[in-house]
Amino acid sequence: MSLMKKVLSVLLLLVVAAIGGLYWLGTRDDASTGPAAAAADAATLVERGRYLALAGNCMACHTSRGGKTLAGGTPIPTPFGTVYGPNITPDEKTGIGAWTADDFWQALHNGKSRDGTLLYPAFPYTEYTRVTRADSDALYAYLRTVAPVSQPNRPPELEFPYDQRALLAAWRALYFKPGVQEADAGKSVQWNRGRYLVEGLGHCAACHTPRNSLGALRSADTLAGGVIPVLDWYAPPLTNDVETGMGRWSAEDIAALLKTGISKHSSVSGPMAEVVLGSTQHLTDADALAIGVYIKSLPATAASTERSRAAVAPAAMELGGKIYRQQCVQCHQPAGEGSGTAWPALAGNPTVTAPSPVNAIRMVLDGGYAPATAANPRPHGMPPFGQLLNDSDISMLVTYIRNSWGNEAGGVTALEVKRARAASTLN
Amino acid sequence: MAARVAACTACHGVQGRAGADGYYPRLAGKPQEYLYHQLLNFRDDRRQYRPMTHLLTGLPDDYLREMAAYFSDQQVPYPPPTRAEVSAATLQAGRKLALDGDAARGLPACAACHGAALGGVLPAIPGLLGLPRDYIGSQIGSWKNGLRRAAEPDCMADISNKLTPEDIGALAAWLSSQPVVEPYAPQAADSIRLPVQCGSQAQR
Repeated sequence: MSLMKKVLSVLLLLVVAAIGGLYWLGTRDDASTGPAAAAADAATLVERGRYLALAGNCMACHTSRGGKTLAGGTPIPTPFGTVYGPNITPDEKTGIGAWTADDFWQALHNGKSRDGTLLYPAFPYTEYTRVTRADSDALYAYLRTVAPVSQPNRPPELEFPYDQRALLAAWRALYFKPGVQEADAGKSVQWNRGRYLVEGLGHCAACHTPRNSLGALRSADTLAGGVIPVLDWYAPPLTNDVETGMGRWSAEDIAALLKTGISKHSSVSGPMAEVVLGSTQHLTDADALAIGVYIKSLPATAASTERSRAAVAPAAMELGGKIYRQQCVQCHQPAGEGSGTAWPALAGNPTVTAPSPVNAIRMVLDGGYAPATAANPRPHGMPPFGQLLNDSDISMLVTYIRNSWGNEAGGVTALEVKRARAASTLN
Repeated sequence: MAARVAACTACHGVQGRAGADGYYPRLAGKPQEYLYHQLLNFRDDRRQYRPMTHLLTGLPDDYLREMAAYFSDQQVPYPPPTRAEVSAATLQAGRKLALDGDAARGLPACAACHGAALGGVLPAIPGLLGLPRDYIGSQIGSWKNGLRRAAEPDCMADISNKLTPEDIGALAAWLSSQPVVEPYAPQAADSIRLPVQCGSQAQR
């Protein structure tokens, strides 16, 4: 055998071994289960599962708008195509009626369907894997009690090569590490509960951590905020950075925002309004506060999104100010001081001064109501202005509010407004 | 309440008197149940207009009912009708369909359900006058192609499916060009016997 042939054989063996290694890494199962729960009667177990389903916001993807509870069909847009939340009612044929508690655990913990098929990580098993077996069993018990609905699943509509499920093994080898969250004995029970909710069922990172080109969370920027792909809303940092993150918020402020949708700093809008509506308003006071306590313990990592670099043109400030005095001043007041929680202050408002201006632009374009919650059942709503103001007007108006009354957040271009308008017609 | 519905009146005009551009319809004085059903339909994906769905996503039934009541209670004079630039024959065809229907094609008259004065019938059948021509045309069109739906049995979908584009144009032209004679209000619920089954009239 020539030297060349030997080298080639060795290389081939290495490639085969690497592929085998990747395959093993990407398909292996994890054995951790976390602590067992105290024995509970069936009704208590179901009730706990119902609560956990709310904490995990299962309905957001598994109940379509106006559709039957958990019967699936919700489109989930991704940069790689659209996937549809599956039917998880106990229907034998189209739902998960034939699944055992072990099958359900396999999906939640190892990201595999009942037959071993690798699941697309649009289902956030990268986070749900941290959930304990006891909580998985409670969720399963609850799902058995939902009314079965016969509604076939809609297959994913993904572009090549993302439609090749086998390639998920490689993705998982790189980005998925199954394992239940282990408690940090050096921290309080409250802090550990908060981390468990944030990093597990709450899957906060799914939006608040930026993603790489393969859709995986960039772990170096954990919870440092980013523009959500396709949806084109900015999820702000949950880190303790004073300028862009939670640095000025207390744990109680964070808990209040999760429970009510409003706070003295700002109110929720866009995708987070739907999260508060469907999920976090239902958290117990203790869980909401635990989340606040954990988030306040995060480092003060700066926002991962670069601040808008557009210059603040004096002409834009002048014309933007004129539009502000015509359209906005009645509610938001001359110095952007707002009036109560119904008309939020714009001065110092983190939504207004965020590194990315997309949320402020979207609010001007589309308006929006704060989510109705037990504490705020009849919310006020921001009127839409997209039908009244053109892209140039809105760019000047948003430039004005981002750079007045002490705000110094940089300029906004008409192109940014145009892009936001295009995204807003899609979702 | 006016402050809570500022997001509505931005397009539909103060008190819901209709938008300036001839598309956003009047809300003032329409039957409360009708308005309530439309809010539910937009929120729950039975009517397709993204800006409405976006605004209503986080709002519960009780609050939507309250908004519907607010606009239903608004008393605003109607503006004079707009002249439809169509032939007399088209207007006549529209009038005939609206007031007499077309029995041969199984089409009841508009007036058979919406009242002899086309002012609507409580609790949930709206009046048909004082609306922009484009709006009427596009709503019937939306029913025809499935973008607008109501509670089953969806009588307006059945009727719209039998209408030709010419019928729809004639109806929109004639209805939008009729003057509104005040007082213009929905009739009492038991004043009429519907010739077809309509789920929305029973929906609560």
